[in-house]
Amino acid sequence: MIRSTHLPLLITLATFVLAYALCASAYPAMLSLRVVANLLTDNAFLGIAAVGMTFVILSGGIDLSIGSVIAFTGVFLAVILRDTSLHPLAAFALVLLLTTGFGTVMGATIHYLEMPPFIVTLAGMFLARGAAYVLSTESVPITHEFYDTLQGLYWKIDGARFRLIGGLMVLTFIVGILVAHRTRFGQNVYALGGGEQAAKLMGVPVARTTIGIYAVSGGLAGLSGIVFSLYTSAGYSLATVGVELEAIAAVVIGGTLLTGGYGFVGGTLFGILIMGLIQTYIVFDGTLSSWWTKIVIGGLLFAFILLQKGLTWAAKKRAAQARMRTATGSAALS
Amino acid sequence: MKDTLTPDTPVLHARGISKFFPGTIALDDVELRLMPGEVHALLGENGAGKSTLIKCLTGAYRRDAGTLLLDGREIDPVSTADSQRLGIGTVYQEVNLLPNLTVAENLFLGRQPTRAGFIMRRQMNAEARAVLAGYGLSLDPAEPLAAYSVAIQQVIAIARAVEMSGKVLILDEPTASLDHDEVQLLFDVVRQVKARGLAVVFITHFLDQVFAISDRATVLRNGRVVGECLLAEMTQRDVVTMMLGRHLEARTKARDTGAAGKTLVEIADLGKRGLIAPFSLNIREGEVVGLAGLLGSGRTETANLIFGAVQADQGRVMLRGQEIAIKTPRDAVAHRFALCPEDRKLDGIVGDLSVRDNIILALQARQGWMRPIPRAKVEEIAQTYVRALDIRLASLDMPIRLLSGGNQQKALLARWLATNPDLLILDEPTRGIDVGAHAEIVALIEQLRADGMALLVASSELEELVAYSTRVLVLRDRQQVRELVGDQITPDNIINAIAIEEVA
Repeated sequence: MIRSTHLPLLITLATFVLAYALCASAYPAMLSLRVVANLLTDNAFLGIAAVGMTFVILSGGIDLSIGSVIAFTGVFLAVILRDTSLHPLAAFALVLLLTTGFGTVMGATIHYLEMPPFIVTLAGMFLARGAAYVLSTESVPITHEFYDTLQGLYWKIDGARFRLIGGLMVLTFIVGILVAHRTRFGQNVYALGGGEQAAKLMGVPVARTTIGIYAVSGGLAGLSGIVFSLYTSAGYSLATVGVELEAIAAVVIGGTLLTGGYGFVGGTLFGILIMGLIQTYIVFDGTLSSWWTKIVIGGLLFAFILLQKGLTWAAKKRAAQARMRTATGSAALS
Repeated sequence: MKDTLTPDTPVLHARGISKFFPGTIALDDVELRLMPGEVHALLGENGAGKSTLIKCLTGAYRRDAGTLLLDGREIDPVSTADSQRLGIGTVYQEVNLLPNLTVAENLFLGRQPTRAGFIMRRQMNAEARAVLAGYGLSLDPAEPLAAYSVAIQQVIAIARAVEMSGKVLILDEPTASLDHDEVQLLFDVVRQVKARGLAVVFITHFLDQVFAISDRATVLRNGRVVGECLLAEMTQRDVVTMMLGRHLEARTKARDTGAAGKTLVEIADLGKRGLIAPFSLNIREGEVVGLAGLLGSGRTETANLIFGAVQADQGRVMLRGQEIAIKTPRDAVAHRFALCPEDRKLDGIVGDLSVRDNIILALQARQGWMRPIPRAKVEEIAQTYVRALDIRLASLDMPIRLLSGGNQQKALLARWLATNPDLLILDEPTRGIDVGAHAEIVALIEQLRADGMALLVASSELEELVAYSTRVLVLRDRQQVRELVGDQITPDNIINAIAIEEVA
């Protein structure tokens, strides 16, 4: 059943289909499975980070630290694998623990010190970026046979290679969707986004939920960093600058309201795919500057923000009408 | 069902509750007994201690003394969540549910049916539908809450409180933003809850509603219990007298009624749904029209509606025989209306600006920011009003928040007088100021009237209204119920009009 709250999601889907149709009409080759596979592979790290960002924005917050955390994770892994004999899996576990802990501390700061998430995560952004520089200012290559094994894993259909990291992103989205819509934690995230005061009065554990949200975002940024190191085979402290903003753009294009409370994790996947599609189109075209990606994404973002405003306005109007309806219908009810 | 009017043991018994704030005693040895299957009204003017008492019951405040007995056992709730678990549910004036969640999600937030950690939506929706059907609502629980009207949302909030708590239901001004039919819908639900044996606390400023639904009442005044009574044995007049705390003897004074001039403003059927019933009102030059009524009766709403602070959805306003449209306060200012709002801290003064800037604000705003008033002129205007109104200050440069309440009020008055208004609307001009300043403001109102200005003054101080009004309109439950002219204007008559029993 189609409900009014699903409308932004449907518009995102329609935009995706329309964009794909436009691309395919210009370059029929874009319909191939290979393009789809590359779309997933190329956007895997961004997608995973955007899942965390979706939770943060749904709760009415923001996390500016994830780009830096991704870079830190990459450098951390590269340095650890270069200087120690630690197995990559152990290093993965260690770095996930670190980034989740980092998110936890930010969440606790936001909640207990009643600080705006913008400021706290901005500080987190500088901290993580600085820590990455401290580890190494150079790009550190990762050469480990386990990395080669992971990078060699793929599922081949008709010449298209669906790689491990693309699959990991899809899996992250599936888990994210289940957590957001089918668990109490997910419901509490929506509740916080709907109004912290009301949520508190309704008995939502605000502290636990807020800290959990930023822990999830930090952890997923760590996972995204692992995926990024698999994607680039290197760790570089200057990498992924501004990824947090791209993630925010994907979340908004995916139909989540920036003010929190409304949206879907699944929508973010299509936000990511739409952005990836624009990039692919520009690669296919070959003559356009890659900066056109930014321009189109900027335009799309603006259109979606206008759309959100329009939908909010329409919802208010509907609520006013609902009031008239019940006023006339209450006699029948009573 | 037990006989609701013969008390047995109370569900909730609060004894000797005291609560102190720095400098004030908010509650002093208060007792409240809530009987099962009874609606208990908690009455009192603003500041009497109603909401403090409720907050002590729900754990939002820690009481400083006293005991709470729930079903005979002592309880000590430390938070609203805690009192919810113990069995005390609260529904507030502003619906405290989440508009972005579905109806079912709101009903079950925090106690959703789960299997292996996953919420079973279908079961949750089915249960929600069943629960709401019990309250006479048949609606789709998978729709977002925002799709339904405030009244329906209130019923859902009650359903949540009852399902979660189930012993005591506290309704804190639940009807404040509902219209007549919606109130009836809510009352039907309250009656059902009552029939299930819960103790219901009902707080409202609407006396008719108190008598329509409540069995018993506790009246508070200045943090003390004035009395507990069965409402069947009381009249509205008795209750109002208890609330206001004095039998006001009739006192008339010689009144100068000859001065009123031409009709300035004619208001016909001005109103806004759910806020105030349509009213008509003529104000003449050299006349003070008083607005009387209990808190929440619609005094402030009337003032705001005329000034355009709230936009009317029906009716029209004529100024000197010509129809004008007032959609925003800007329009009103352009037509030489002025409004001194009730809450000067919130709506009036700009605390960190200087007294001079505060005084000149409205005049400058009307001129437009492109045409600044010359510095010398500003100084002159500010000096004139500081002298005329005897505003006591160290310098015109000091931030206005440093002035005393009475002087702030006079500076606010100066702000609007500087615009030389034709119609001056004052909402509670003497609230919270000391006796001396009080008398000066009253004298000033007299003076302005004698000078030919038209004034509309809303006040809860009956003696004050009687002192300066040439006419008094009495409001109750957001309707004009009476107009008193000349010698009819006595405190007694106003109280009678406020408390008049509904005929038919």
